[in-house]
Amino acid sequence: MASTETSPHAARYPAGAQAFPHRDLIGIGHLERHEILFLLDEAEQWVALNRQPTKHNDLLGGLTVINAFFENSTRTLLSFEIAGKRLGADVVNMHAATSSVKKGETLIDTAITLNAMRADAIVIRHGSSGATQLIADKVDCPVLNAGDGQHEHPTQALLDALALRHALRERGEAAEDFTGLVIVICGDILHSRVARSNLLCLQALGATVRLCAPPALMPVGIEAMGAEVFHDFDAALAGADVAMMLRLQTERMSGQFIPSAREYHHLYGLTKQRLANAKPDALVMHPGPMNRGVEIDSEVADMIDRSIITRQVEMGVAIRMAALDVLTRRGRGAEGWGATA
Amino acid sequence: MKQVRPLTILNGRLVTHGGIADGAIRLVDGTIETVGDATAQDGDDTVDAGGKLVAPGLVDLGVFAIDKPAFHFGGITRAALMPDQSPPLDLPSRVSYIAKSGKPDLWVHPLAAATRGLAGREIAEIALMRDAGARAVATGRGWIADSGTMLRLLQYAAMLDMVVITHAEDAALTGEAVATAGEYATRRGLPSAPAEAEAIAIARDIALAELAGARLHFRQVTTHAGLELVRAAKARGAPVTCGVTPAHFMLSDLATVDFRTFARLSPPLRAESDRQAVREAIADGTIDVVASGHDPRGPEDKRLPFADAEPGMAGAETLLVMVLSLVRDEMIDLARAFDLLCSAPARILGVEAGILQVGKEADIAIIDPAKPWIIQSAKMAATAGNTPFDGQPTQGRVTALYKGGVPIDL
Repeated sequence: MASTETSPHAARYPAGAQAFPHRDLIGIGHLERHEILFLLDEAEQWVALNRQPTKHNDLLGGLTVINAFFENSTRTLLSFEIAGKRLGADVVNMHAATSSVKKGETLIDTAITLNAMRADAIVIRHGSSGATQLIADKVDCPVLNAGDGQHEHPTQALLDALALRHALRERGEAAEDFTGLVIVICGDILHSRVARSNLLCLQALGATVRLCAPPALMPVGIEAMGAEVFHDFDAALAGADVAMMLRLQTERMSGQFIPSAREYHHLYGLTKQRLANAKPDALVMHPGPMNRGVEIDSEVADMIDRSIITRQVEMGVAIRMAALDVLTRRGRGAEGWGATA
Repeated sequence: MKQVRPLTILNGRLVTHGGIADGAIRLVDGTIETVGDATAQDGDDTVDAGGKLVAPGLVDLGVFAIDKPAFHFGGITRAALMPDQSPPLDLPSRVSYIAKSGKPDLWVHPLAAATRGLAGREIAEIALMRDAGARAVATGRGWIADSGTMLRLLQYAAMLDMVVITHAEDAALTGEAVATAGEYATRRGLPSAPAEAEAIAIARDIALAELAGARLHFRQVTTHAGLELVRAAKARGAPVTCGVTPAHFMLSDLATVDFRTFARLSPPLRAESDRQAVREAIADGTIDVVASGHDPRGPEDKRLPFADAEPGMAGAETLLVMVLSLVRDEMIDLARAFDLLCSAPARILGVEAGILQVGKEADIAIIDPAKPWIIQSAKMAATAGNTPFDGQPTQGRVTALYKGGVPIDL
């Protein structure tokens, strides 16, 4: 059994709970640089485990993890479910579409109900910004934000950072963080919690972040968060190390934001030709789901040496295992993490 | 209840139009009989104001609920009820019911819905509602998007000599927004709209009102650009007035940090520069009225994610103290404070109140302007304590209140 105290990086961080003194994981905005690095380092052991034929550990045996998804999700829900199960937890999924939420129950009452069932961790996805914090304030166990409105999606940003770190290390560019890297995030920034969390996370790790979108899909005042704003994708890509593509979140759009998918692709689609504006070995990322032929061409998405899109999915499970492990340490009475609540 | 015996309030600092003057006031048969050098006569009840302010009862131009304990706490003796009720005030029968609902110790002036169901399409029966007791016409929390409908409404209201109270936000631009576009909304991922939505609405409505020769009142103007348009319209003599609620001169969008739904308002809180512009507009007279926008909302409407919560705040109890804070900040003097709170809204509504003048309704508040207290959400008189000022120390308290010369238990 992989005891957390024997993690290879243990000496790099403060002892016990001081390494990550948060009950919940609500947003990257709440985290310090060393706390982000701690979660990434914690995830490494799970990356290794997940590559074994037998992918199981009973660290969370006997604990109950509830995935409460008030908004549709396939990949994130699956990733959290696999993460919990690989750590031996009893994982229960609650879909809003089939729950009492449809019967008029308030979000707070749902939270209190989940709490009364004595969950040991609750994973929340909700369509409204701030909803996860609202629930976290009402329950006694750790809460993980799996995406709240257009606010944050912290595990996505962490898994993106982990995938990027792995790709760089494999190339022999073993850096502590992303200092000096230029990363372009292109797409529907306005409606994207992934863009916000990634902006915060990548900047905390030293990268320069360029955001690229047509003006209607660029949030007002995002420069104040430290981003460089571009409307011309070719200019944004010039000299970039990474191109992270986002899909158009048409389900969040009221009114017309772009004339057509074809025209969007003409201006903002990542083609092989356009990728040539970036550095010769620039990496391509996408949080999924992809709309091939709209924001990204298949030949780019499938480039074996450049696209790390499937790597991102792989790292997602490891990051979520790390988050579940770290956040339940207090409740499990792990040494140095405080008494059982 | 009618006033039985004359009442003389002695030893007060009278808030009159010309300024603050020591003196007494005598109230007879529900109206003001003498102001200034009044003396108690045989058989009068007398009250010693002990040097406190003797002011007109507040006239609150634009509330969303009738909430007597909160109004009385705040010194409000008349309140104009917005038509955004369930069902909306778009029929004469509803208007006449509401017009009687607060009497005798609170007069409620219903504002007639400008359009049926407040949907912004068909003009409601505003002449019938006027005759049933409506004091003005209001578009409610929404804007009338159709310029043709708005023009015809203004022409019709002008003919009936009714002021039109409008909400200034271009609906197509605001959409589902719950915040003002800017850094704070972006950081929190809140659906937002540019502050310019207000100026666009104001520009159109002023143009249409001048075309129609109608009196127009913007219930809340909250941005520099919007206030500039009102300032210019007033300078050329257009019959345009405007108001604001204290939240927009006390708070900026910074108050929505941590998704605090008590700061979810309509229009949303603005940038700090706009807050400063509102304060300047109060000082220079561009803003005529400060109203509470009183809208008590319980947890079922507020204990929700920010964008899902209802807008509005319980403002009746804090209206007076927030305006008095502008006096302490030396932005306005006391006489002007009560013009914003009493006489200007009474003038716009056309009611014989809001001023200490012989013959006016004897609605009187005795106020200790220095009395300190702490605003506490959990202890408010309102039906719900949704105030963004929770925990804030403040100064100024109504110590006695009279409606038509009759004392009200506080």
